[in-house]
Amino acid sequence: MNTTLILQQLFNGLALGSLYGLIAIGYTMVYGVIRLINFAHGDVMMVGTYIAILAVSVLLLPWWAAFLLTIFATAFVGVVIDKIAYKPLRNASRISSLITAIGVSFFLENLFLVIFGGVPKSFPIPALFSGTLHIKGVILPVISIIVPIVALAFLAILMYILHNTKYGIAMRALSLDMDTTRLMGANVDAIISFVFAIGSSLAAAGGIFWALKYPSINPLMGIMPGLKAFAAAVLGGIGSVPGAAIGGFIIGIVEILAVALFPPLAGYKDAFAFLLLIFVLLFKPTGIMGEDLERGRF
Amino acid sequence: MLKVKDLDVYYGVIHAVKGISFNVPEGKIVTLIGANGAGKSSTLKAIAGLVKSKGNIKFLGHDIRGKQAHKISNMGISLVPEGRHVFVNLTILENLRMGGFNKKHSELEPLYEKAFELFPILKERANQKAGTLSGGEQQMLALARALMSEPSLLMLDEPSLGLAPKIVAEVFDIVKMLNSKGMTVLLVEQNAAQALKIAHYAYVLENGAITLEDEAKALLNNEQVRKSYLGEM
Ligand SMILES: Nc1ncnc2c1ncn2[C@@H]1O[C@H](COP(=O)(O)OP(=O)(O)OP(=O)(O)O)[C@@H](O)[C@H]1O
Ligand SMILES: [Mg+2]
Repeated sequence: MNTTLILQQLFNGLALGSLYGLIAIGYTMVYGVIRLINFAHGDVMMVGTYIAILAVSVLLLPWWAAFLLTIFATAFVGVVIDKIAYKPLRNASRISSLITAIGVSFFLENLFLVIFGGVPKSFPIPALFSGTLHIKGVILPVISIIVPIVALAFLAILMYILHNTKYGIAMRALSLDMDTTRLMGANVDAIISFVFAIGSSLAAAGGIFWALKYPSINPLMGIMPGLKAFAAAVLGGIGSVPGAAIGGFIIGIVEILAVALFPPLAGYKDAFAFLLLIFVLLFKPTGIMGEDLERGRF
Repeated sequence: MLKVKDLDVYYGVIHAVKGISFNVPEGKIVTLIGANGAGKSSTLKAIAGLVKSKGNIKFLGHDIRGKQAHKISNMGISLVPEGRHVFVNLTILENLRMGGFNKKHSELEPLYEKAFELFPILKERANQKAGTLSGGEQQMLALARALMSEPSLLMLDEPSLGLAPKIVAEVFDIVKMLNSKGMTVLLVEQNAAQALKIAHYAYVLENGAITLEDEAKALLNNEQVRKSYLGEM
């Protein structure tokens, strides 16, 4: 294989990895503040893509307005899921919340199967995102360039929020010590809602880009990206936001390169993320950026 | 300022605080002394809203029992928890920012200045993670953080725990100084000698019940207290 092709695949891996990273941030932040693996997170991404489709084809919004609406509406969905399903269990055992999260996941998948049916819908791609670029023989879909840029921009905004705003600082404080955060006069429930809103809106952004890359959407589409993003979050060190982004990039690139270098293994492509995860955890059980688990996260 | 009446705290079947009543008048230092497991922390947590309780807790005339912890904090009660609980993953400045969570941006700067004036060591390390501080420095930070909200009642849970005698003396000096400037203090201690020296009034807590109360000076000379809490045979 020549360098041009490898370069091309590297870019594709980067794009795929940023999608995993965007979704992984939601897993890692929710885990950071309430120690819950939100297994419904991939399905929240799916809900986001359906909202986007409705915004474009029913509300007839321009793509940028549909994008904004989707981000805010999905944030709202995430907050409502927390209030209805997880908040009543805040003081229950962690396994109860975990099982509830799996229940929410099944509920969302089946609710959307009932409403929209199982037949994949095609996702409308605005002209702006559908072209390809040719740079010195490397052929790149425009979307593969936009996705990593947008993902990094979101990551930068999030890091700014976490380190420079009082709610962001409170999220980091909360990830270490919930009771003491309360003593500071901070409304912990509001902060947790804010975390769900951020995680869900990033999942929505990931979902929209996912649909722009693979423009056929169905109610079960969130499962595999959700699982791989979960693997990315654990690989990067669950609770660490930069870790989630790095984990996402690594899994995306490994997946694409493995298939490019060993085409006969294409059928096993979904297994690479998990193999890599197992391999890394054997050597560093806390993940790449994971620290001592009781020393706070993010 | 704070009136506690018939306060009960239960953890499942464990009855940790058994119907105690006490007062903290404005401008005074009141101390609760008692051995391990006497129910001192449970009492403070009940006042701060961190654990459920029964009975009556009145602060500045308002019934605060059963209110959420962040609302109680916003009413002007600040608790420095046992074991300090600074946010080790945040910098010193961020810890102080959390202490003044509900302060406006314009109010923060003078409050930081005040904290740094009181604890110069914190200024030098302002951008260092709190986890890198020594135990004594963390206690100073916990105190500075609690003052950021400009509370009218400061509650301290065993501030001397695990600190060298010299640092303990420093912490108690600061508490005394704060009180001389008008701060009302509810101090919980196992270190009865130190606590009784700076307090105005004291209660002795044993197995969840108050067994003795008097002026702190009088308790310092009380035979029973000297035997049980001041290490005299
Ligand atoms: N979360 C909890 N669950 C169950 N029992 C508890 C809990 N917290 C405290 N207790 C029990 O309640 C009683 C009072 O505890 P508390 O922490 O209030 O004592 P304390 O006077 O602060 O002791 P120390 O000096 O050791 O800090 C003890 O018997 C303790 O074991
Ligand atoms: Mg205690």
